[in-house]
Amino acid sequence: MNNVNILKPNKENLNLFLFFGALFFLLGIFDFCLNNFYEKNITGFLPGFISFFTPLIFGMIGLHLIRIEFSGIKILDELNKNINTNNFNAALSVSIIILIIFSVAPLLNWFILDANFVGDSKEACTGGGACWVYIKVWFNRFIYGMYPNAEQWRVNATFIIVLGFMGLGYFFPLRFKKYLTFYYVIFLPIISFLLIYYLISGGEFGLEWVETGAWGGLSLTFIVSFFSLIFCFPIGMMLALGRRSDLAVVKYSSLSFIEFWRGVPLITVLFMSAVMFPMFLPDGTYVDKLIRVIVAITLFEAAYTAEVIRGGLQALPRGQYDAAKSLGMGYWRLHLLVILPQALKLVIPGIANTFLALVKDTPLIFVVGLLELVGMLNLAKTNPKWLGFSMEGYVFAGIIFWIICYSMSKYSQKLELKFKTDR
Amino acid sequence: MKFKKILPQFLTLLFIVLIFGFFTMNAQENMDTRGIEFGFGFLSKEASFDIQFSLIDYDGSMSYGRAYLVGLLNTLLVSFIGIILSTILGIIIGVARLSPNYLINKTASFYVEFFRNVPLLLQIFFWYFAALRALPMPEDASLFFGSSYMTIKGLYTVAPVWNNFDIFFIALIIAIIVIFFFNKFAKKKQEEEGKQYPKFFISLGIFIIIPAITFIVGGVDLSWSFPELKQLAKTSFTYEGGMGIPPELIALTLALTLYTATFIAENVRAGIQGVGKGQKEAAASIGLTPSQVLKLVIMPQALRIIIPPTTNQYLNLTKNSSLAAAIAYPDLVLVFAGTAMMQTGRAIEIVGITMATYLTISLAISMFMNWYNKRIAIQEK
Repeated sequence: MNNVNILKPNKENLNLFLFFGALFFLLGIFDFCLNNFYEKNITGFLPGFISFFTPLIFGMIGLHLIRIEFSGIKILDELNKNINTNNFNAALSVSIIILIIFSVAPLLNWFILDANFVGDSKEACTGGGACWVYIKVWFNRFIYGMYPNAEQWRVNATFIIVLGFMGLGYFFPLRFKKYLTFYYVIFLPIISFLLIYYLISGGEFGLEWVETGAWGGLSLTFIVSFFSLIFCFPIGMMLALGRRSDLAVVKYSSLSFIEFWRGVPLITVLFMSAVMFPMFLPDGTYVDKLIRVIVAITLFEAAYTAEVIRGGLQALPRGQYDAAKSLGMGYWRLHLLVILPQALKLVIPGIANTFLALVKDTPLIFVVGLLELVGMLNLAKTNPKWLGFSMEGYVFAGIIFWIICYSMSKYSQKLELKFKTDR
Repeated sequence: MKFKKILPQFLTLLFIVLIFGFFTMNAQENMDTRGIEFGFGFLSKEASFDIQFSLIDYDGSMSYGRAYLVGLLNTLLVSFIGIILSTILGIIIGVARLSPNYLINKTASFYVEFFRNVPLLLQIFFWYFAALRALPMPEDASLFFGSSYMTIKGLYTVAPVWNNFDIFFIALIIAIIVIFFFNKFAKKKQEEEGKQYPKFFISLGIFIIIPAITFIVGGVDLSWSFPELKQLAKTSFTYEGGMGIPPELIALTLALTLYTATFIAENVRAGIQGVGKGQKEAAASIGLTPSQVLKLVIMPQALRIIIPPTTNQYLNLTKNSSLAAAIAYPDLVLVFAGTAMMQTGRAIEIVGITMATYLTISLAISMFMNWYNKRIAIQEK
């Protein structure tokens, strides 16, 4: 046996160091688990301060002992390279592992092990964990708001048809490809509006009329963000072009429009649409709440979109403008055929971020009394039969929003890669 | 040619004038029929409503103008705390995302991906209605950090009690001015003679010593007041003394900090990554020490990338603090656009003032940012 230096683990005594390293590391984790979940302190004989840090110290000693360079074992080398390069890194790694154990176990308990899934009343929830029965019972309300139960197929049908139309663009034959933008920017919004007007709102063709105040839940989130998204894009584009225009009036009116909407919080804009806007209309005219909200959010987000697109326009080299002009293109042909296609490609991530912000802003419409998902949660929370389940509700909504936003941001990253052209 | 330039401008102008004219006309008509007169005279009238939390003296007998000020100060307070905390957290997370340590890297990116993809309002609701409601009642709260209590009614902690605070404050300002001039002097010396002073330690010394002198000669005195449990009725307890921080403020600060820090972290990461590897190697090859490389080469270039988007985030945080209205933290929107408007019914004036206030804050910050941007921009030829 070669001489063993504890401070310098070497390859000659690999097995010995590995054994003791793993032992110390597991001892640290074991000590932590005992302390935390069984309230037994095996190192209680030490002074309180040191006893508190024993898991960390043991873990660090363990990691120190297995830090052997070029050991020849692939897993060990990878491990050392990634989480165990020096003592400081080892300390951080151990802390993170302990933190993960500390948080995952109770969360797992709350989410699954102690949670209640079956039943249909509050009494079914006896465990200490989450009461998913609450979500199950209120599910229809969370998705459709106060929309009558018997009529909910209309909402589903509308969404399925719109999704179908959206997907249709994907299968366009090659020679119709040039109409794709037209299809998405003009045709699809009109179709969706007609569908929502006749199918969700109803009132004709023998369908029962459902007022917009009864719409709500996640479907309302989708409706509001869908329309705001579609409208804010062309408006933002016009504003961005206006801001870069040579014409003083156009330039400064676009500029002040953009700066105004970017300077105020959305909540005050919604306040404005709710209480101030009716004062600006002739007496007796009434614009539906939902439309007012969509207009407010559209104008608000259009200002942000405009700034993002402006960034793309600025990033284009002057040569592109000069080249297009020298071919004899006018202002509109130049922008539509040369500048905008390139600029929009550049700003895909920025636009995706704006759209994400829009989706995340929709819960704010509670200000005008429209209850989308988060609003419905707050309503359900105050129901005397179901008091005390606010946590489950917020976690549920959080997961849904997270899935929507995360997949959107991943999709935008994919788009960015797809459209990336080297210049 | 000229016609082509004038026509669009004329049309835009016409459009704007028509819209504004239409709105003003209707507003006038509507106000006439309701018997309201446009004006800001109501600001000096008695507000007669109470505000739960205020930084300056306020009660119901004071004017609407004063209530506006209370709301504004509360907005600025939560923005200020949020900006400081989210900057600290954002820098830590941003650096952690660049760590070669796999675990730290992944934990940081998990944090970023999680918190920025959940709506801020939902996070505020979560902290206020779900997390903070799980805290104990005042009488059951246990002590932590030796002097504070975390209860369902908020955080009760020690409060400093100052004598002659103004003298101390003046000393602090003097110290900052002295440090500013000292740094200028040191820079000049270095440029002229190549002589280097330990700037950081001397600055720190000045910052501690000058205010400390006031304790000895200026009659400044600092003592601490601790919260103590008082029984109001059989089942009703509260804390007296010390400082009480309402749960609304805690929930709001937490949510704003955790949400904004994710964006700041991404800015920090992008900034540090944006500095080319060659810069680091070049700096090392001319013999700078690692700390000098960081201070003189990496940071100035990284900051140039980090600061503009981060200022934007500060602006967003300030605007997002208006979500306070949802959990009844008395900020500008709740106090003024909420309660005051309900009472006076002056929708146009009040929403106008509220928007103008936010607009002023935003424009001031973005003007400062543009100025700063110009100053630090690379002078390209």
